[in-house]
Amino acid sequence: MQRIGVFVCHCGSNIAATVDVKKVVEMAKLEPGVVHAEDYQYMCSEAGQAKIDAAIKEKGLTGLVVCSCSPRMHETTFRKAAERAGLNPYMVEVANIREHCSWIHKDMEEATKKAVILMRAAVAKVNLDAPLQPGESLVTKRALVIGGGIAGIQTALDIADAGYEVDIVEKEPSIGGRMSQLDKTFPTLDCSACILTPKMVEAAAHDKITIYTYSEVEKVSGFVGDFTVDIRKKARSVDMDKCTGCGVCQEKCPSKKTPSEFNRGLNTRSAIYTPFAQAIPNVPVIDREHCIKFKTGKCGVCSKVCQAGAIDYDQKDEIITQKYGAIVVATGFDVIKLDKYDEYAYNQSPDVITSLELERIMNAAGPTKGHLERMSDHKPPKKMVFVQCVGSRCADARGKSYCSKICCMYTAKHAMLIRDKYPDVDVTVFYIDVRTPGKNFDEFYRRAVEEYGVHYIKGQVGKVAPQPNGQLLVQASDLLDNKQILMEADMVVLAAAIEPNPDVRRIATMLTASIDTNNFLTEAHPKLRPVESPTAGVFLSGVCQGPKDIPETVSQAGAAAVKAIGLLAKDKLMTNPCTAKSDELLCNGCSMCANVCPYGAITYIEKEVNDHGIREVRRIAQVNNALCQGCGACTVTCPSGAMDLQGFSNRQIIAEVDAICR
Amino acid sequence: MSIETNETFRPKIVAFCCNWCSYAGADLAGSSRLVYPADVKIIRVPCSCRVNPMFILRAFEKGADGVILCGCHPGDCHYSTGNYYARRRMTLLFSMLDFIGVENGRTRVEWVSAAEGVKFSQTMNEFVEKIYSLGKNVRLEDLRCRKN
Amino acid sequence: MQEELVKRAKELLADGTVARVLGWKAGDLPYNPEPAYFENEEQLEDFVYNGFCGANLSKYMIEASKLEGKTLVFLKPCDTYSFNQLIKEHRVDREKAFIIGVGCKGKLSVENIKKQGIKGIESISGAEMTDDAETLTIQTIYGEKTCTYASAMLGRCHVCKGKEHQVYDELIGESKDTKDADRFDEVRKIEAMSPEERFAFFKKELSKCIRCNACRNVCPACSCRKCVFDSTKFDSAQKANVDSFEEKMFHIIRAFHVAGRCTDCGECSRVCPQGIPLHLFNRKFIKDIDEFYGEYQAGADTDSRAPLTNFTFDDVEPGIVGERG
Repeated sequence: MQRIGVFVCHCGSNIAATVDVKKVVEMAKLEPGVVHAEDYQYMCSEAGQAKIDAAIKEKGLTGLVVCSCSPRMHETTFRKAAERAGLNPYMVEVANIREHCSWIHKDMEEATKKAVILMRAAVAKVNLDAPLQPGESLVTKRALVIGGGIAGIQTALDIADAGYEVDIVEKEPSIGGRMSQLDKTFPTLDCSACILTPKMVEAAAHDKITIYTYSEVEKVSGFVGDFTVDIRKKARSVDMDKCTGCGVCQEKCPSKKTPSEFNRGLNTRSAIYTPFAQAIPNVPVIDREHCIKFKTGKCGVCSKVCQAGAIDYDQKDEIITQKYGAIVVATGFDVIKLDKYDEYAYNQSPDVITSLELERIMNAAGPTKGHLERMSDHKPPKKMVFVQCVGSRCADARGKSYCSKICCMYTAKHAMLIRDKYPDVDVTVFYIDVRTPGKNFDEFYRRAVEEYGVHYIKGQVGKVAPQPNGQLLVQASDLLDNKQILMEADMVVLAAAIEPNPDVRRIATMLTASIDTNNFLTEAHPKLRPVESPTAGVFLSGVCQGPKDIPETVSQAGAAAVKAIGLLAKDKLMTNPCTAKSDELLCNGCSMCANVCPYGAITYIEKEVNDHGIREVRRIAQVNNALCQGCGACTVTCPSGAMDLQGFSNRQIIAEVDAICR
Repeated sequence: MSIETNETFRPKIVAFCCNWCSYAGADLAGSSRLVYPADVKIIRVPCSCRVNPMFILRAFEKGADGVILCGCHPGDCHYSTGNYYARRRMTLLFSMLDFIGVENGRTRVEWVSAAEGVKFSQTMNEFVEKIYSLGKNVRLEDLRCRKN
Repeated sequence: MQEELVKRAKELLADGTVARVLGWKAGDLPYNPEPAYFENEEQLEDFVYNGFCGANLSKYMIEASKLEGKTLVFLKPCDTYSFNQLIKEHRVDREKAFIIGVGCKGKLSVENIKKQGIKGIESISGAEMTDDAETLTIQTIYGEKTCTYASAMLGRCHVCKGKEHQVYDELIGESKDTKDADRFDEVRKIEAMSPEERFAFFKKELSKCIRCNACRNVCPACSCRKCVFDSTKFDSAQKANVDSFEEKMFHIIRAFHVAGRCTDCGECSRVCPQGIPLHLFNRKFIKDIDEFYGEYQAGADTDSRAPLTNFTFDDVEPGIVGERG
């Protein structure tokens, strides 16, 4: 039997004005297990805590009930007080007689009755409390960053600068991500490559950073502080140590008809290629699907011309297994496919392009060497139409319900750059709303309108129809003037919605990190923990969490890095002791609990058990205390009641129910 | 025909609230002094998915007249998916109780966030009113061989 | 068919493929064969397979999986769903079972014969699996009586899940799909009643319960090593009726625990000595699951996620129960 002390707080008059605290004390003394009960002005004060201390020592208390404010307020305070007096902190329960009682009831008799019942429920729970010990787990001082775009690079740099080892895994042959495809950046019109390339070089040169390009995360096991990850380094067919990056192989490669991913299919590349000139590492890969040597066995030109002897057709995928304490997801985004938007004639006309394709066209290293021209006849356009919100803020199933956030700004940028460089080009932008929150953003947009004479028309484009003369007929509505518009254009640029990289689903599953209906990774808390995943030890950087521009991405990348550093700086982690626990004699080994566990904390082992003299090997569930967060989903799934939650056990909750219904 | 008594009916109502949203919502209702009847007694659970149908039946068995489960809104679960499981479990349980002829107003699930003190208080007021209209729970308390 | 089964069983025992046979042997009455193990040819003399072999042998494979060597088990088409479900829950070892899928043309219930006023039964012919008898001929102490095969079938056979075996090593005998009613008709009938009528119906039925646990013991989904109602985990261990709520709690929770796992084999109702239509609870859950979360047949596969360990973001809210009226 427990020896329970009940402490009833007046909270000044907050409680005592409505609840007869003396009556609660009197009633508490009648409860089974209660050996001490008293009331005090402010239990949370030094003096109040001293009373707890004294009673524990004098009366040899084994459990405490504090009738006071919400446990969300002072449970920790009272637990610490108990611990100082030598009592296990998990032997403390709080009866919430302020927020749930005195503050909402006016009648003293009624409020007192309720306070007594809440006290009884807490006493009933303490009677079944058991001392709990937080566990400890070691932290591997190494971080993994999945994705080598600006988000991943920034996170890796920040973690590495704090002195921890970081590995970046990037599935493309080079790091750089989407930002490397951009020409200029808003609102300052910096050249994207000029600000990104130094970061890429810094990451590559950093002695704490290891970059695995052309690699993918294959398997993740373990938990916060102690993840084990398999990384598949895909066969590059080029020896990274030998290659000098001279580029001769790419020049001589006879297979040059593969659409360039980097240039969004606007031109072609060779089968052995680096995505772009500043690629890091500057080592090409052989695209085996399009390589003549791999397709027919005959060719081998690259091998012949390579003076370094770096070409290795026999190279195989390699699996690297590494331990990490923290994982940062920075998988970024892609623009949506426009197959379902026939009305814009994207698939019919090469002169209807996405904004990202326009970035490549405007870029000096792009398919047109930076000359603005139509892809159909390579003539400079005279009239350009920009269509906003293509698939963003979209009510139907073709698109996304959310705002892609970056389109208004980059369209203003495109319009401004075009008007600046080609003043004779007429630029019209069709928009639903122009959204420009951000430092210097609205000013930037105003400049496009006021200084550069870009026509902004509020209204959606209904149809883009290619004409026999090569022109595009644009049918749109002007909502402000309430009229229909028909205009001809030479090029139409679609601000296609952005969506999380499709690979994120697979990665989220491996990490047991949750994703929302739009495939964005979910934060631990949308406001207060925006860079942490609900899965401990997994952090979010960049657009994988939600649409954002470069400055936001970089600041979030830094925030994710700080969270990861905060974790890596610890030698050991204390684990929450209110975790699920399986009774091995009752466990059926049916796997249902593991199915509902959001953290992958339940595994099954074959174990010899002694069930009242019967020794047999059984499949039984085991809970990893470092992973379990104590939600209790498993306990209800378990038909035999083998799985229980410490601190909120079945018997405890039933005891509370009984006390309330008594 | 019901028997008139002088004793007025005061229902016993158990509210299971998840620690992260609904319990905090109840705290906010408290600090905002949003009144609801004292018949409601709250039991704190880590997540709505911790609530076993056994607890609900147990409450009725012991004389509760209504049981309400409050959790984070779908999509906002602190443990990401707990309330989705709770939603399925409670849908099936409530449907079964309805099937065996128990008044379905005696059970309810409501999603209440930590910011929804008003909603918490309103929900409790509504629920208590409903239980008053249903009267004492006799069906779940005693299904077997009642002499009447 | 019985001879064929025995012949094959003897072969498999003789060549060492299996160490024992799990089948049915004659009971003390002509209509109550019971599950039994056979370890040699001699014991197989008692083997029977006829229209009264309704017993689902899947659950016995939990214990048989722990024994040395393989066990030959005879499963009817509907039994194989239970076996699959047990594989999924890691309760049986597929490697330890040699499954012969036996033909079935509907199983019989002596209660349904008795209901037709046929009493004092001495022997029954037409229940053998040798021919396609449409009629049962029953010798009673009052003389010879007849009834149709279909009229004597177990309720579950009228809503037969089909003649396909879901898992097997070999097949012997022809099966027949005996479905002639909709599976959810009974449930719909109750749903259509007023709450008062429903309550009265279940009160009447459940009042009969004597908590003999036959339903639990026979149920292939109720395979817990120790039932919650027998453990101290929930303070619900009373075996005697300490209060009148017991039966209701027991049957609702039992149905809830098997929801999404119950293959609707109907054994619970078959074995209930009080004749309580216990399958209604399970079938109600199945109907709700089908309606709310899409059609799902437990035991049709061994890898899908059970409805209660799964969810979608836009599942119906529990409030639908009230809205449905």
